[in-house]
Amino acid sequence: MGRKGLGWYHGESRAASAALSQKGVGRNMRDILRRSHREDERDAGAGGDLWVRCSKCKELLYRPEHEQNLWVCSKCKHHFRVAAPDRIHITADPGSFEERDADLPPMDPLHFRSGVRTYREKLEQSAAATGSPEAFLYGLARIDDSPCVLGVIEIEFIGGSMGAIVGEKVTRAIETSIATNLPLILFSSSGGARMQEGVVSLMQMAKTLARLDDLGAASVPFVSVMTDPCYGGVTASFAMLGDVNIGEPGAFIGFAGPRVIEQTTRERLPPGAAQSEFLLSHGMLDLVVPRPEMRTMLARLLRIYAARSTAAYGSGEAFLESRSAPPEKVAVGA
Amino acid sequence: MELEWEGPVRQLDGEIANIRRVNPDDDRIKSLEEDREARLRDLYQELSPWQTVQVARHRDRPYLLDYIKWMFTDFVEVHGDRRFGDDRAILGGPALLDGTPLMVIGHQKGRDTASNLMHNFGMPNPEGYRKAIRLFRHAEKLGLPVLTLVDTPGANPSLPAEERGQAQAIAESIAVMLSLRVPTICVVTGEGGSGGALAIAVADRLAMLQYSILTVASPEAAASILWRDASQAPEAAAVMRITGPELVELGIVDSLIPEPPGGAHRDHAGAARLLREHVLAMLEELRGEDVEDLIRKRHDKYRNIGRP
Repeated sequence: MGRKGLGWYHGESRAASAALSQKGVGRNMRDILRRSHREDERDAGAGGDLWVRCSKCKELLYRPEHEQNLWVCSKCKHHFRVAAPDRIHITADPGSFEERDADLPPMDPLHFRSGVRTYREKLEQSAAATGSPEAFLYGLARIDDSPCVLGVIEIEFIGGSMGAIVGEKVTRAIETSIATNLPLILFSSSGGARMQEGVVSLMQMAKTLARLDDLGAASVPFVSVMTDPCYGGVTASFAMLGDVNIGEPGAFIGFAGPRVIEQTTRERLPPGAAQSEFLLSHGMLDLVVPRPEMRTMLARLLRIYAARSTAAYGSGEAFLESRSAPPEKVAVGA
Repeated sequence: MELEWEGPVRQLDGEIANIRRVNPDDDRIKSLEEDREARLRDLYQELSPWQTVQVARHRDRPYLLDYIKWMFTDFVEVHGDRRFGDDRAILGGPALLDGTPLMVIGHQKGRDTASNLMHNFGMPNPEGYRKAIRLFRHAEKLGLPVLTLVDTPGANPSLPAEERGQAQAIAESIAVMLSLRVPTICVVTGEGGSGGALAIAVADRLAMLQYSILTVASPEAAASILWRDASQAPEAAAVMRITGPELVELGIVDSLIPEPPGGAHRDHAGAARLLREHVLAMLEELRGEDVEDLIRKRHDKYRNIGRP
């Protein structure tokens, strides 16, 4: 199953889209892109390979069309989950993505085993199922010709949970942004921390934030896009601290998931609570952007930020200098 | 609150009490008490991770206000986040420790129904973290070192907390603490539960009381995520490396602070004295450090956790 059908989305020819599979792409991007979409597979029972059932409105969707619609239900606009390589494909200009640290192997800091199964085995299984060695991939990319650093969490890899390597790669994405002075765009979708890595996983929140602070000091913009679902250690660290926070429509975003909240408070959540639109109205998100408009919105932000280096306003150093005169000495009680 | 595995000690307690009731000067009391001390020491020398969880959660364990009472000569609690309200699960204010002014901030749990409702079982809302942020800034402005005491099951999971940005508040608190221009010390005194604990725990020195725990999720939550069965919490506690000695070995925690024999819940004053000594020692280590060096070392320390 190819991805040529999306050429229109980039305003590019089929040839340009096909170039994705030839050059400028990381080794495993090519492999990964051959995979069929997993959520489709899960729902495929309804009508074989060609049909997908919307998990929300139960509409039967014709797969090639569904793909052209960027995995958004044509009837109820439900946004299906998107595999990380597909996300990169529908976000970056064709052929522009250069993956970094693609081969960074997973870590097992606690030598964790649960029952007879080791964490190593679980990692291997997840890698086989998703085609990614860990739950995050990033690299340099262009969006409508504006360069950036683009990273995506793979939700299907142990729930997109942040262990040492996800934390490491997010941190390296931030460091790449600092080193290249290119804006950072991260798509986050995660269940939270990686249980099998214990407190090492928890500390990834601090690790990513330590570098995010440096990104701020380097005056490099950070756009955080949260997609369904996004919880725990990811939202409570870098994902909520974007210069601009964006959510996809209907995405569940928060510190605790609805199930945890309902179990703790023993109350049913009202419809829509803890979803993107709810967060927007409570001031936690800047924008809710439908998937077909996401690329345009990111490109617009990148254009605005790219113009800043040529703008005439300085860092305010002169103002600070004028303020740094030594304090006047006064005699108290004289 | 009785710990099941302290049975032998309780039995001796009963015997001693009975003898004392008949004759307070009975000769047997002394040797029985020695026996009791020895048994307690033996029990606490080899606590399993799950037993440590139970001690860390003990209702009689000293909480923030107990330590404040025993450790500081002066303390003024300040209130509110200046935005929405005053959280009662995170308290703090300026204090004097042996003549050294510092900012103390920590979680507060309750011991009975009324105080637990007041302190929300030590589970802060966003206002708690925003109050902490305000106090970090306060300390930074005045050059006061910061001491945080961590003891929480986790941040409050509720819809109102989500409405007011629980995740954002925690993220910002971590970020502010990471770049604070004053020395910071964190001691986990009981339960260090997840992001709700980490929010005030990223410090130049991270220490744990001997029988405290630090977890990515409570053993119950971890067991239900890993095996869909919360009753396997003891197993989760055993494999997730949540005790002080294990976390020192992993290089995440800098030092352990001993507790009085049989745990801090048996002797608040003794626990506070040990904590005070160690905090003073850590403050001494950090004294005179250049602030830029301090921040760089702090950043590097966290940057290097789980680095391949």
